[in-house]
Amino acid sequence: EKSRGSFFTQLTKAVAGKSKVDDEVLDNLEEILVTADVGVDTTLKIIERIEERVERDKYLDAEELNTILHEEIAGLLSENQTEDVHGFSVPEDKKPYVILVVGVNGVGKTTTIGKLAAKYIAQGKKVVLGAGDTFRAAAVDQLKMWGERVGADVISRGMNTDPSAVAFDAVQRGVETNADVVIVDTAGRLHNKINLMNELTKIRRVMTKVTDGVPHEVLLVLDGSTGQNAVIQAREFTKATEVTAIAVTKLDGTAKGGVVIGISDEFKIPVKYIGVGEGVDHLQAFNKMEFVASFFNAPKA
Amino acid sequence: MFDNLSDKLDRAVKNLKGEGRISEINVATTVKEIRKALLDADVNFKIAKQITNEIREEALGSNVLTAVSPGQMFTKIVSDKLTDLMGGEMTPFRPTGTPAVVLIAGLQGSGKTTFTGKLGLRLKKQGKQVLLVACDVYRPAAIDQLETLGEQTGVEVYTERENKNPVEIAQNAIAHAKKTGKSMVIVDTAGRLAVDEQMMKEIEAVKQTIEPSETLFVVDSMTGQDAVNTAKTFNERLNFDGVVLTKLDGDTRGGAALSIRRVVEKPIKFISLGEKLENTLEEFHPDRMAQRILGMGDVVTLVEKA
Ligand SMILES: Nc1nc2c(ncn2[C@@H]2O[C@H](COP(=O)(O)OP(=O)(O)OP(=O)(O)O)[C@@H](O)[C@H]2O)c(=O)[nH]1
Ligand SMILES: Nc1nc2c(ncn2[C@@H]2O[C@H](COP(=O)(O)OP(=O)(O)OP(=O)(O)O)[C@@H](O)[C@H]2O)c(=O)[nH]1
Ligand SMILES: [Mg+2]
Ligand SMILES: [Mg+2]
Repeated sequence: EKSRGSFFTQLTKAVAGKSKVDDEVLDNLEEILVTADVGVDTTLKIIERIEERVERDKYLDAEELNTILHEEIAGLLSENQTEDVHGFSVPEDKKPYVILVVGVNGVGKTTTIGKLAAKYIAQGKKVVLGAGDTFRAAAVDQLKMWGERVGADVISRGMNTDPSAVAFDAVQRGVETNADVVIVDTAGRLHNKINLMNELTKIRRVMTKVTDGVPHEVLLVLDGSTGQNAVIQAREFTKATEVTAIAVTKLDGTAKGGVVIGISDEFKIPVKYIGVGEGVDHLQAFNKMEFVASFFNAPKA
Repeated sequence: MFDNLSDKLDRAVKNLKGEGRISEINVATTVKEIRKALLDADVNFKIAKQITNEIREEALGSNVLTAVSPGQMFTKIVSDKLTDLMGGEMTPFRPTGTPAVVLIAGLQGSGKTTFTGKLGLRLKKQGKQVLLVACDVYRPAAIDQLETLGEQTGVEVYTERENKNPVEIAQNAIAHAKKTGKSMVIVDTAGRLAVDEQMMKEIEAVKQTIEPSETLFVVDSMTGQDAVNTAKTFNERLNFDGVVLTKLDGDTRGGAALSIRRVVEKPIKFISLGEKLENTLEEFHPDRMAQRILGMGDVVTLVEKA
């Protein structure tokens, strides 16, 4: 019953001719945001910003307040600071463009890699994938199947081999074959496992032995249905690998993925992609305003 | 870092004592801290509200206000309440039938296949003749994954690589299990969203066909607010018997467990604590989970010191 319509109607009733937002509206806003996994602290921050704006630009109408609301929430989402890179294009001067993909278990790393490769290949680019998950059962097979499906070259040393060596090989193959993009998969790992996080740091370091400046992008994949733990994930993966971009997956369900608002704000990491399904086409460039608007949509279930 | 609830309660309790007089207002402040802790731990918004209301009622209703050590009593109320909500006692996993059939269901990436492998190993160690069944016909290499787990544990895996119909595969697997004298069959299924009507119909059909004695719903313990929607729908469609909480080797508070328990009233039967198959599957303890959600491990000691 918390549809955008009803909240908007409520706004209309609550703000007409007032210079303060009333508590009932704020309570409902709190519910909408917390229920979207935005988290209590970020929610309070948003509410404060709204209160300040309303105080300043007294006597707003509901339409204006609604716009401000969306703007203030979207304002916490970091701008895309990685110059050159927009949507699914890669900078011409970085060839091959090397992406290292990291995240906790089962979030959708391998699937996102398959979809991303498909986007580049559709643009006529040559893509090399590195099967750096040498641990989880059949992880290499999974990436190989994606490689076949989308037409990407998959580099592997098989299971239970050193993932750094695979990453090295993949970058080297990219350079040798004049590929446009190299994407390296890694095993899912929980951020509180120090050895596994150190392994990521090592993978990153070994890649630079092939050529300077790689990886150009470290993509942290977050599961859109994850709650507040995602904040700690972002912090710990950033420490280990200098994350430069975020992909949020599984937004085709009822989860809203609101936790990335606080993450983007705190760590200044842009959200670049969203996953909206298991199919090869189910990857979209992130759109702030649409994302924020989805919090106010009626639940699909 | 998580703000530790114990610190906050400690402060609140000191306030209670310091003022010498305990009022409804003090209780309200303490209750507010508890609510925030629940939300930070990913307990569902509405449920956190209900629970804190109940805690407030209990606190005001009991003689916490006149107790010698109100903080201690308050802590006990919270701790008991959560443990109670988590299910009070442990509920054992005891599938029946020859063979006993267990159906595994859940969202994508929650840990179903890994759990299938682990449960197979556990049952094998108990002397059961186990068959794992690969009914995920969608995810790339899902069958290979289960086969690998079967190899690692020495448990037979039933597959039909050319067959894209999970209902048929499951049915044939049961026939195979009967023929080969298996006592336990564990059916792994593809991950699916609760809103995916076609996929939900599919798993309903699998369930109807194989009539499992236990249907287990596997949930990632890092799940946020959406846990209730998913659990509710899966329960409506499958009327599952128990919940498996995975990835508890991480540092999530796991508040989703509380929400699910409250919404579907089904016991949590197992917790999974790692990617490896050995020694990472445990029975669920409601009291420990309650402590984890509130970060209350040291609350008791703190209050005792106060
Ligand atoms: N509905 C939905 N499912 C997704 C999406 N992205 C990935 N998945 C599914 O989530 C599950 C896990 O995806 P993977 O790509 O294997 O995840 P991963 O992070 O590589 O997993 P590990 O390597 O085991 O850590 C699979 O069943 C995918 O099909 C998405 O955007 N929507
Ligand atoms: N750390 C940790 N990882 C786990 C646990 N259980 C499963 N995993 C990992 O989580 C990821 C997903 O597990 P799967 O068993 O493939 O999940 P699934 O539900 O079968 O996934 P789909 O079939 O794609 O829906 C893998 O990387 C597993 O190794 C656990 O208890 N702890
Ligand atoms: Mg993977
Ligand atoms: Mg699986």
